[in-house]
Amino acid sequence: MPLGLIMAKIFVDNIEYEVPDGKNLLEVCLSLGFNLTYFCWHPAMHSVGACRQCGVINFKDENDKRGRLVMSCMQAATNGTRISIEDPRARAFRAGNIEALMLNHPHDCPVCDEGGECHLQDMTVMSGHNYRRNTFKKRTHYNQYLGPFINHEMNRCIQCYRCVRFYNDYAGGKDLAVFAAHDDVYFGRQEEGVLENEFSGNLVEVCPTGVFTDKVLRKHYTRKWDLTSAPSVCHQCSLGCNILTSERYGGIRRILTRYNGDVNGYFICDRGRFGYEYTNSDQRIKQPSKNTDNSSQPLSTEDALHDVKDSIFSKKNIIGIGSPRASLESNFMLKELVGENNFYGGIPKRESDLVHRVISILHQGKVKTPSLKEVESYDAILILGEDVTNTAPMLALAVRQAAKNQPREKAYALRIPQWDDAAVRESVQGQTGPVYLLTTHHTKLDEIATKAEYAAPDDIAITGFEIVQQITRLSQSANGDESSQSFTASVARDLLKAKKPLIISGTSLYNTAIIQAAANIAYSLKDNGKDAGLVYAVPEVNSMGMSMLEQKNLDDAIGRAKEGGVDAVIIAENDLYFRVDRDIANDFLKNCHHVLVLENLQNETTTKADYILPAGTFAESTGTVVNNEGRAQRFYQVYKPSNEMRSSWDWLNEIRNSISGVHAENFDAVVDEMIKKYPELAKVKSVAPDANFRKGTQKIPRETARYSGRTAMLANINVSEPKPPVDKDSPLSFTMEGYQGVPPSPDVPFFWSPGWNSVQSINRYQTEVGGALHGGNPGVRLLEPSNENKSGYFNQSTEKFSRREGEWLVIPFYHIYGSDELSVKGPALAERIPPVYIAMNGKDLEKGNLKDGDHIEITFNQNKLSISVKSENTLPEGIAGLPKGFKETTGIEFPFWGRIRKV
Amino acid sequence: MSVVFSEKKLNRVKELVSHYPDGKQKSALIPVLHLAQEENDGWLSVEWMDYVAGLLQMTPIEVYEVATFYSMLNTKPIGRYVFEVCQTGPCMIKGSDDIIAYIGEKLGIKPGETTKDGMFTLKKVECLGACGYAPMMQLGKNYREHLTKEKVDAIIEECRKEARQIKEN
Repeated sequence: MPLGLIMAKIFVDNIEYEVPDGKNLLEVCLSLGFNLTYFCWHPAMHSVGACRQCGVINFKDENDKRGRLVMSCMQAATNGTRISIEDPRARAFRAGNIEALMLNHPHDCPVCDEGGECHLQDMTVMSGHNYRRNTFKKRTHYNQYLGPFINHEMNRCIQCYRCVRFYNDYAGGKDLAVFAAHDDVYFGRQEEGVLENEFSGNLVEVCPTGVFTDKVLRKHYTRKWDLTSAPSVCHQCSLGCNILTSERYGGIRRILTRYNGDVNGYFICDRGRFGYEYTNSDQRIKQPSKNTDNSSQPLSTEDALHDVKDSIFSKKNIIGIGSPRASLESNFMLKELVGENNFYGGIPKRESDLVHRVISILHQGKVKTPSLKEVESYDAILILGEDVTNTAPMLALAVRQAAKNQPREKAYALRIPQWDDAAVRESVQGQTGPVYLLTTHHTKLDEIATKAEYAAPDDIAITGFEIVQQITRLSQSANGDESSQSFTASVARDLLKAKKPLIISGTSLYNTAIIQAAANIAYSLKDNGKDAGLVYAVPEVNSMGMSMLEQKNLDDAIGRAKEGGVDAVIIAENDLYFRVDRDIANDFLKNCHHVLVLENLQNETTTKADYILPAGTFAESTGTVVNNEGRAQRFYQVYKPSNEMRSSWDWLNEIRNSISGVHAENFDAVVDEMIKKYPELAKVKSVAPDANFRKGTQKIPRETARYSGRTAMLANINVSEPKPPVDKDSPLSFTMEGYQGVPPSPDVPFFWSPGWNSVQSINRYQTEVGGALHGGNPGVRLLEPSNENKSGYFNQSTEKFSRREGEWLVIPFYHIYGSDELSVKGPALAERIPPVYIAMNGKDLEKGNLKDGDHIEITFNQNKLSISVKSENTLPEGIAGLPKGFKETTGIEFPFWGRIRKV
Repeated sequence: MSVVFSEKKLNRVKELVSHYPDGKQKSALIPVLHLAQEENDGWLSVEWMDYVAGLLQMTPIEVYEVATFYSMLNTKPIGRYVFEVCQTGPCMIKGSDDIIAYIGEKLGIKPGETTKDGMFTLKKVECLGACGYAPMMQLGKNYREHLTKEKVDAIIEECRKEARQIKEN
């Protein structure tokens, strides 16, 4: 428990415990490991005292034999508090309460998706209620269509109100509400339709029963106990949220939040939760193959390695192209295989420079970059040029929580406890603290912004530099211009007033000056004695990790190939057509003469490959990725595929073995090699336990103790049960046997505890409710600013944006569903991709005699794109916005100047 | 179909909003919904609720939440006479279940429904604060207390008579 915390002695059933003073009794009892039933309380959303399920008897003192019934979630644990959980009156109350909650609950557990991991089931059993006395008819409701992600079954509702508290109060949703009263209470939308909020998937975990369930899981449903699961890291943006990935019958079935008290806490976004379907796509590459223009010949692994040795490694100049979506280990092995001078990062110079800039600021700068969870503790925020809801969704959720901090101080000053959610919210009245946005156009966070301004990318940077000047001015003159209402003055004033100001920016606009301006603001706050923070969102899951290994970028490789300096290329998990213009990619691959691609899905690059090796996605691979914070995190292979898919580093290791006889024994050996060569990555070794880690003598099972069908599931192939596959790369096993307790925090494959089958069992994996996991939260930060760093400020090198006659500066617009390369290849997520458009200011449209929906043709370089226009009046004139990563816009390098004409 | 308040009613809305601090105009929702209900034969159509949402700068869904919660706000058309029979504890002990069943049987409707001729609506409501006179119901602006089957018959007849008179005049 943290130092400096005031402790209180409390008595639970006459046994003394020392607990943090002032926390609510329910939280305290759960932290102490008691089985106490609850519904409406949620560790991230705290207490409202609505469901009456956590009743305990509270005694005045040791002479009080009678006591009184209290709701433990609404009562603070203070010195001398005496309660009884086991008192027969308390037990009877809880059983009676659940009987009432169950009056209308259908007995449909066998056909309910929640069955087997249902908090309501767990609590009913725990309370002792087991016989239904009510003989009346149950009330029934109509269900709603809520979109491709969430299934609705209102009859199961027990009115705990968690869903609306999460969806509206926590996540800022607007289209889920509670209607009617009494036994007719209904949680749903005003009419059928897609639940719009980016975090709607969390309802699946927040709902204590089966009202909101995972519709994507439903397509290939498996009970929790039949899933093989592994700790994993979401690959769909740069934040690296921790996830649990689960498999059955060789396909990924679902993704759940893996609690990490430093990163994503209890939640993940819908792109992360539902964006895995590409792993099951029929576009998956499952077999090595040899390809010519019109034929594809499958190869065995041995033949493939042999052929690759003969026809690729017989060439002189072999280069490797890494990838920001491949692990550190895969990028490293590729670099080893082709040699330092022949390894190129898989991103164009423009992006590469930005990521390197971010790394150097986080490393040599003087301001700390907080973890995602720490973002929630800041009390004033400025966002520069980043549409975080779409580029790093969970960061937007964290900002929404941080925005509540300043107004809440007033509630705390009234001595309302932090956990008393209803009272805190009543006192705050929906106010938000200082959140300033400086973006290119209207973004979703505008709704909580103190002020939002829109400007061209360069002008965002210039305003950023002006804010630095304002900060200096305000701090130097005691009676500076306090009255100015200008944007920069208000920002500077509120950042200086805050206890912990936070600057958020990112690479999404491909503008170095914005990144530098953000750093300057954070530096100047730090120089004024502020505990400032600085967060950058970067493009992809391992952009940071790859760039740590990368000295040369994709443009360098393209240049070299053009000059004839390349005889063969090895591309690891990278679709070049997603990175650069079609013609450039075509020319490059032609100039490379021989192409070997390691890839998980068929794409344009694989159509040009001579050899393809099937690389695993995050589900079939083990590796380390580095998130935007510089936190290295391990993800594990979930299952052993029946085909040849495996980690890219594993393939590259085999290739190296076949050509030079050097072979790394397993994953750990690769990591050892890597940190030997790159001592700055030494901490990667301590991200998670080695493969030889054992609890006692046991490995950690990926399958639950109740896993069923093991002897039968492959009987169609062979009636003898096969030997379970061996995992040489991790301390996890692919079986149900092994250590049954709480594993080391990076290696938790699922959450379960006796009596706690639902996700609520997370309580048993934490040192205290809502705190760190046992043994510390997973992940190791590779980049820390040092206090000796006297890094200087960046000079302002940008000029004001000036529009060009007849041309538009086209900047990227991001979409949570659509801008990510792989998640869009799953059908559920694909349903949510908006139609492609080009956004322009209404005045520009008027001038061009255009209106919403008109088709235009945009010409840039040698390319033409025909597209419908959409007015976006917050976008500055002379600038157009085009969605990034859509089918129609793939490979476009932003920003660019284009000519637009009506067709 | 578009619905609007008369200027007089709009002024009343303005006045109601002025009771609350700036930016808290939502607080005037319930009295404004009552105004809207008066305009629309005692019930709130989706058009009216959306109109009120616009007036008070709320999202429609927030208005629906409130309108569906209170038994005094009707989201379906109602009859000329609405029997709001209390079903809370004391009334229930004194036989409100029988009264509700009797009214329903006599009028051929279930609670929440309106007779085909548009004359009567039967509703079950929560405590109206007249437990001493249980079982009771509200009819228009009046309480009808110590209900018995005979009293119910008389009340129904009284309503019909009144309706006939109005029609004849």
